[in-house]
Amino acid sequence: MRDLAWIDLALTSARPQAMGALLRYFRDLDMAEEAFQEACLRALKTWPDKGPPRDPAAWLIFVGRNSGIDQVRKRARNQPLPPEEVLSDLEDTESDLAERLDGAHYRDDILRLLFVCCHPDLPATQQIALALRIVSGLSVKQIARAFLVSEAAMEQRITRAKAKVGAAGIAFETPDAAARAERLGLVSAMIYLVFNEGYSAGLPEKADTPFCAEAIRLARLLLKLFPAEPEIMGLTALLLLQQSRLAARFDAEGQIVLLEDQDRSLWDRAMIDEALVLIDKALRHRAPGPFQIQAAIAALHARAATAAETDWVEIDLLYQTLERIQPSPVVRLNRAVAVAKREGPEAALALIEPLAGKLSGYFYFHGLRGGLLKQLGRYREAHEAFDRAIALATTSAEAAHIRQHIDQMQREAAGL
Amino acid sequence: MLYAVLCYDAESEVCAWSKEMDDKVMADLGAVNQRYAEAGKLGPVARLMPTTAAVTVRKGATENIVMDGPFAETKEQFLGFFVLQAETLDEAIAFARELSAANPANGTYEIRPLQFFNPGVPIT
Repeated sequence: MRDLAWIDLALTSARPQAMGALLRYFRDLDMAEEAFQEACLRALKTWPDKGPPRDPAAWLIFVGRNSGIDQVRKRARNQPLPPEEVLSDLEDTESDLAERLDGAHYRDDILRLLFVCCHPDLPATQQIALALRIVSGLSVKQIARAFLVSEAAMEQRITRAKAKVGAAGIAFETPDAAARAERLGLVSAMIYLVFNEGYSAGLPEKADTPFCAEAIRLARLLLKLFPAEPEIMGLTALLLLQQSRLAARFDAEGQIVLLEDQDRSLWDRAMIDEALVLIDKALRHRAPGPFQIQAAIAALHARAATAAETDWVEIDLLYQTLERIQPSPVVRLNRAVAVAKREGPEAALALIEPLAGKLSGYFYFHGLRGGLLKQLGRYREAHEAFDRAIALATTSAEAAHIRQHIDQMQREAAGL
Repeated sequence: MLYAVLCYDAESEVCAWSKEMDDKVMADLGAVNQRYAEAGKLGPVARLMPTTAAVTVRKGATENIVMDGPFAETKEQFLGFFVLQAETLDEAIAFARELSAANPANGTYEIRPLQFFNPGVPIT
């Protein structure tokens, strides 16, 4: 029992490296996956008796590679297709566990594996599903449940995504510094998408999805491979800070609790501390980027002992910086929250009114606008905005939260 | 004699633990610690953050160089330590065995006798 649990963990943690190397050998996602599965089956058979290998990833690569080559040979007997053209460096199948010393390969292998999931033709949901399936090794069932679709539908989505990636061709040459930096940027964005899918989904519907924890694991993995990249430090810190509030984000009924109303004693101190260290490390590089700035903003919330002690001036300044390097209506919207705290609802409303066209289909825009109008006592307009927000809500918790605002407003309007 | 009992394991595995599992391991290790503490034998205990949180200061030609990451890239990482007072090496080994039994991972415990020990001051 204990052995099996341990083996499961070892397979999970070795997966990105092993899959990355097998993808390099076989140059085909399905073949790499099959080979990895076969290696895992053999691990489950032999590890309980022989004990764990010293380097599980190297073991899985070696065994997976041999079983994959066997498969290709078996198929070749039935098909006239020359397998050697499909495979790379077949002749050095005997180069055994020396693989584990191959640090340079290992880094680019994992980056490539993550990178194939970020293909620009894939919509965000497919990128997320593919990464969770291929890199994290979540089951199709787990992923389907999180996306609230059937297993068959998710299976089909993943198959289609793989076909697209395969047709587009995977870049196997070792990337130069510029290409590597570009890959890192895309992969970071994809990891953030994975996190957001778990985070913004909102409890209670998706309470048991492991997306957020997986995203943090991937971010840490990326940071381990590229330890001196301040944006990856920022990404990891940002995810840790958001995840640190998990226990405080919903009440016993599954209703959303806003940041300012959260019980801060429920925040996970270990995650916050780790994030603050990463931000300190990133700052030393003096190369700010969007993830670092967002992490710094989240850190200001984490450092405030009470909501009233939040440094809104600094948060406003950080959002202004973020807007300069990454102009976006959503950033402006977030900045408006800080402006509302600093200068009041009128100034914030003036800031977001010009966004009405671009964000007309955005839940948070109407939610915030309604909240500001409500503060100004413009109840009728607030009601309209809240109604629109409810229509755009994607989870019942979001809708319920807005309804609370409306109820409260009606009590205020009635002079209660 | 004072011994440092140093814990090594693959942090990629430890970081993949669920929160429930992590909490349980910490509680189980805590129970071992408590018995030794009550017997007056256990000094400082620390768990280190992942090596991604580390920086390393090295001597440079003119000034020290601060590098991101741990001292060495290794398959297993130094994850934490316990300071134990034990009469014999066997007693220290017994303590490490208990830690190992409480820890479901394949972590390794290195026992290093202390040459010098400054317990420091209570940190505020």
